[in-house]
Amino acid sequence: MPRGESENGRDDMLIDGCEPEQPRGNSVPDGFNTNYLKVYYGKLFPHHDIFKWMSYGNDGKHPACDRSYFGQREFSFTLDNDIYLRFQSFNSASELENSINEKCPVKIDIGPVYNVDPAKRHAYAQAGDNGFAPVERELIFDVDITDYDDVRYCCSGADVCLDCWPLMTVAVKVIDTTLRDDFGFNHVLWVYSGRRGVHCWVCDEKARRLNNEQRAAIADYFRGNENSHKKVSLTGHALHPFLARSYTEVLKGFFEEKLLSSQNLFSNEERFEKILEMIPDESITSELRGKWQESRRSSISKEDINVVRWGQLKQMLQSGKQKGQGLRRCVEEIVFSYAYPRLDMEVSKHMNHLLKAPFCIHPKTGRVCIPIDPNHCEEFDPTTVPTLSKLLGELNMGGVKADGGDEWDKTSLGKSVRYFRSSFLQPLLKSCKEKIESSYSAKLQESKNSLSW
Amino acid sequence: MEIVRSQKRTLAAPIVVLTLPLYRSAPSLEVRLEDFELFAIDRLRVLKGISDGLSRGKKPDEMEILVRDMWKKNMSHPQASEVVNKDIISHFVLRLVYCRTEELRKWFLSMETTLFRYRFRLEGHEVQRALMAEFDLPYKIVSNAEFESVKEKLGQVARSIGPYSSNADTIYFKVPFEEVPELVASRRVFILKGHAYVAMHQVVSLVVTQFRSHLSKALVLTNRKWTSTIREREKDRLTPIVEALSTSYLGPDYSQAREFAEISLKDIDQVAKSSFPLCMRHLFEKLREDHHLKHGGRMQLGLFLKSVGLTLDDALAFWKAEFSPKVGAERFDKEYAYGIRHNYGKEGKRMDYTPYSCQKIISSTPGVGDHHGCPFRHFSEENLRAALGKIGVANHAMEDVIDKVRNRHYQLACTLTFEAVHGSSCDAGINHPNQYFIDSQKILQKNNSTV
Repeated sequence: MPRGESENGRDDMLIDGCEPEQPRGNSVPDGFNTNYLKVYYGKLFPHHDIFKWMSYGNDGKHPACDRSYFGQREFSFTLDNDIYLRFQSFNSASELENSINEKCPVKIDIGPVYNVDPAKRHAYAQAGDNGFAPVERELIFDVDITDYDDVRYCCSGADVCLDCWPLMTVAVKVIDTTLRDDFGFNHVLWVYSGRRGVHCWVCDEKARRLNNEQRAAIADYFRGNENSHKKVSLTGHALHPFLARSYTEVLKGFFEEKLLSSQNLFSNEERFEKILEMIPDESITSELRGKWQESRRSSISKEDINVVRWGQLKQMLQSGKQKGQGLRRCVEEIVFSYAYPRLDMEVSKHMNHLLKAPFCIHPKTGRVCIPIDPNHCEEFDPTTVPTLSKLLGELNMGGVKADGGDEWDKTSLGKSVRYFRSSFLQPLLKSCKEKIESSYSAKLQESKNSLSW
Repeated sequence: MEIVRSQKRTLAAPIVVLTLPLYRSAPSLEVRLEDFELFAIDRLRVLKGISDGLSRGKKPDEMEILVRDMWKKNMSHPQASEVVNKDIISHFVLRLVYCRTEELRKWFLSMETTLFRYRFRLEGHEVQRALMAEFDLPYKIVSNAEFESVKEKLGQVARSIGPYSSNADTIYFKVPFEEVPELVASRRVFILKGHAYVAMHQVVSLVVTQFRSHLSKALVLTNRKWTSTIREREKDRLTPIVEALSTSYLGPDYSQAREFAEISLKDIDQVAKSSFPLCMRHLFEKLREDHHLKHGGRMQLGLFLKSVGLTLDDALAFWKAEFSPKVGAERFDKEYAYGIRHNYGKEGKRMDYTPYSCQKIISSTPGVGDHHGCPFRHFSEENLRAALGKIGVANHAMEDVIDKVRNRHYQLACTLTFEAVHGSSCDAGINHPNQYFIDSQKILQKNNSTV
């Protein structure tokens, strides 16, 4: 592709050409612009890792590799001028890289693998209803902090701070554990969405081949209480083992030790009324209400008022004289409705949903969509994620450098790329390779058998 | 009827006589042309009855009775020996009828699967086991040692489902979770490392999944055969019958039903007040209030508006006017206009999407901040009462509606609401929001012309 190469060459020149306009050193102005993005794609974006990932071992030399696999994957680009290019497909790592560098998309989305090359879909459109259809797609999840607006008081909408971000951490923990322990998946990638949430990619072969009904079943397995205005919806005499585990291992501790005080859930009447509304027993709610309305004078206590009130509420509901199962369930119900993960169900239910690629830059925040390690997700801080301007600053600081090693390795993106490779990509590719080999030898065996028949 | 290879019989369970066929291959029988059609119509009555039952939100126990009765009434045959043949023949005729479009296949697949499910449930354990053997299900019964190791969790699942502790099942099958999606979705199984522990009383789910996937594949193949050879070869004999059958019983989908010309933007408020069913009215009002609707709401209301005659241009203008105060005109053009054009078949797959039926709306699962779904099903009683009061459903009628809701007859509740609002009876019952709209307009026009 000579044209791509020459574009590439010009990119490199552009950087040098650009620099004199800016003050030397690492002070690259904030914000987001196409020139910076071009440099980012040219020097830092891990094209090759994305290609390796999306090939799932089919780029190897093994005879059982499906060489057309990567080329049937849909990519879609959002360009700077709001032009939306769907059904892009590429046959090699360099085609992908050249196209990204040339088009410089502000957002790259990844879609499913289709039965045919999506760029040529029109040629198959006439061939009946099964002419063009998705055949594989990672199982994906999207959790967005805006869906928690009714239970967070620190921010609303797209804003997120360190007081509400832990809600995302909890979602990661609950979902990740369940995907691995219950569903038996091993190759799970968590990615910061760049602004207000997290994305999850489940990449096991079995996950990629799920049909829509099976995807919907998994999404429904995760569903929380559908009716926020209903009082108690955890029916039955026990919690499902998955909910019970989520409650004891994650939600309860998080709610009591963190959320209660960080969100000041009981600090004023409006807030505690919202919680009292979930208790179906009038006598209890009025007793608690009475206590809390007049408790202002006894506020000498050093203890956090939220913790104190929660303790009182729990004691009322769980004490021996309240025999009703429903009331005990109430404590759990409150914790669930404040802390349980809220998924965007539609994203997970359908194979053809697009999801933003990791390592994109969020155009509003300039932050890189870096992977999150679920084992250390409580350490993740969205406010210190590398930004486009920071990375370019670091590149500039690096100054003239002899060749050798990848550019990203010298920036704060290095840690993320290394994590992506060592914890996600390598184990994934290893298992893909094993799968390809074992299915090949099984096939060989089969054909041998049929020969000797 | 075509002759395909004869049914393969296994010798596994010779004592049990299977009266529930799996329809693996078409029978090699001679069929009289009248029977071809009559049998098919009888079976269609059953399937249609199931469809109605489902859309009325009937509970499994009620469905079981409904299926048993419908089956007895329509599918018997004066000659006992012919009963199974009638079953098989009618099934294969309807396969031909319903293989021809995605929409038809979906309906048929869903109804036949439901029929099979309840017929399976009505069988005894022995027959059920024999049917499992027929399907060649590779699942083993969980060993005692393994059972002991997960016993506690299995008990926990049973208790989480409900008080009726399913006579303490000890026979469990361990199957890949993806084989029992409905049990996974409703959290009625314990899942460990990718395997679901399915209790004996739940095996119906396993068998149904198999049945469904066989039938689904078969329908696609039948369609291929139909378009490539059968249609042409049978153009004077079977083709007319087949084509007539598919339209005779499946109710209208309201995708084309624009009897009331177009509704225009200027009277949309007035029409919303007079003729929108509660689900659409709620969405409409929320949209006016919040200047926003989430995806599910945009789909439900958008397709409804399309099929009551709002043109694409008007739809774009309407949604833009509503959304702009919140998201700005520019963002609307960028993020939402595509979806509206998509609904009108102008983007993406270019499908002319059909509006949602009551059944689809009732079975949706609105989350936090969603306003779609069926108010009768998804509202709390308190909210529902308020909403009904607002549209003028008064005391006595309101209690009747609430009573229907409590018994989960959501469409009947909607029908009663219609009757209360219009002061006129609605014998057919409400099955589709667009039907509500059309019936309402008919009544209003009649009143206008008589005045």
